[in-house]
Amino acid sequence: MSENGYKSGSNLEKVLKAGHFAFTGECGPPKGANVDHLKEKFEHLRGKVDAVNVTDNQTAVVRMSSKAASALMVQAGLEPNFQMVCRDRNRLAMMADVLGAYALGIRNMLCLSGDHQHFGNHPQSKNVYDIDSMQLIAMVKKMRDEGKFLNDEPIDVPPKIFIGAACNPFADPVDYRIYRLANKIDAGADFIQTQCIYNMKRFRQFMKRAVDMGLAERASILAGVTPMKSARMAKYMAKNVPGMDVPEELIKRLEGAGKGKMAEEGIKFAIEQIQEFKEMEGVAGVHLMAIEWEHKVPEIAERAGVLPRPQVD
Amino acid sequence: MIIADRKPLEEIQEMVKSCGKILLVGCKGCVTVCNVGGLKEVQVLASILRIARKKEGRPLEVEEKVLERQCDPEYVEQLRDTYDQYDAVLSMACGVGPQFLSEAYPDQRFFPAVNTKFMGGAVQHGIWEERCAGCGTCIIHFYDGMCPIARCSKSLLHGPCGGSADGKCEVSSDIECIWDKIVRKKMEQDRLEDLRVLRAAKDWRTARDGGPRRSIREELVK
Repeated sequence: MSENGYKSGSNLEKVLKAGHFAFTGECGPPKGANVDHLKEKFEHLRGKVDAVNVTDNQTAVVRMSSKAASALMVQAGLEPNFQMVCRDRNRLAMMADVLGAYALGIRNMLCLSGDHQHFGNHPQSKNVYDIDSMQLIAMVKKMRDEGKFLNDEPIDVPPKIFIGAACNPFADPVDYRIYRLANKIDAGADFIQTQCIYNMKRFRQFMKRAVDMGLAERASILAGVTPMKSARMAKYMAKNVPGMDVPEELIKRLEGAGKGKMAEEGIKFAIEQIQEFKEMEGVAGVHLMAIEWEHKVPEIAERAGVLPRPQVD
Repeated sequence: MIIADRKPLEEIQEMVKSCGKILLVGCKGCVTVCNVGGLKEVQVLASILRIARKKEGRPLEVEEKVLERQCDPEYVEQLRDTYDQYDAVLSMACGVGPQFLSEAYPDQRFFPAVNTKFMGGAVQHGIWEERCAGCGTCIIHFYDGMCPIARCSKSLLHGPCGGSADGKCEVSSDIECIWDKIVRKKMEQDRLEDLRVLRAAKDWRTARDGGPRRSIREELVK
């Protein structure tokens, strides 16, 4: 740990350590080198979130690299949460990118397995999976805390990174998910961002177990929220996204709102969720994934009562 | 055993397009067991090739032969007297066969008639499935006899990923999630602690290192 008592000193870490309810957003880099497009997207999030997740070839579709987009964000004065998947890099490239990211001012990182390339726009590619997400978490922790590469050689200026991991409370086998979360925290995750939650009842049960097992004390758990734009989107996610639990009653609620009003109903539901998460034991914040809806984030944040964002020095 | 599929006929015909006389050579090893390159398959492919070329008006002479094993120099040697009587030799063995043949007979051309796919076994009559990725350091004892390297789409050593649903892989509902099986078995048998262990990053040197991997049995080397 560094002299100031922080592991990384990132804004997200400071906000969480000060006990504030964290609020993070997400921004997918453009399918090209269009910096203006990237800036236009992330400017919506300025001052509205504590950190912005920058996705890494999300859904296995090639985009501007998450490291470069994160660095552009740092230059613009926003705090990125640099995502890294195990699909596209071996351990050499991963460690190199962790060092490079840190050198470019990146202080948060989310360690992921990554969607299989089958889903993306280059299904012919060869995946890497030299190490998996659990091992990536442990590797970054080792680099940061021991100042060593995976091979035990010393690092000249270790990367002080705040380490994040993902968790899907709804994937199968459901009974095992809490232990997988525990494994990620044991491996070194400082914070957790969950998959989008729609089934609040099941998430309450999951969080109760997380609290009972002491996991919520050992890592900051941010609940994932993605506002539904329509009943069609809800149905699509329910049917086609593996490990996604979209209750029938939510679909009915969106349909009930009627044409032209479903998006507002989706936002209302998201706001209700955020308000409940604020009160839910063990939940340290919300991760808002407004996919291609970045411009809606200020409104959602405002209406959910999470503004202004805390300033921690 | 090694599982292979026969190449599409068009691809094979393209390979032997310029030939007037070929040898089609099968193998009595794995490809016979998985019904792709044994005696029967040699006979069928030979007939198809002959008929197709006859229709084109440029007949193809195809001789048939099946070796005990094409991955063994002792049996490969059985072609010594005849190999040069053809414009090319088409092998129905796994990818090892045409390579051993071309090493033994450098002045002949050898073509593969099958696509070699994986190491596995028959899960039901007519369906074979992969079980081993040949990584060179077996770890299936950690996973109750189920290999996540070969059977998980992401080769995760700490699964299952967030895409596991109803025992199926996120990639396709035709693929079982091997991690679902591993976890369920461990939990049913009250051995969850096996899965609370952080496994070190795998040493892939035994899976893919400089050049072809070798296995040396000193006591057998003369």
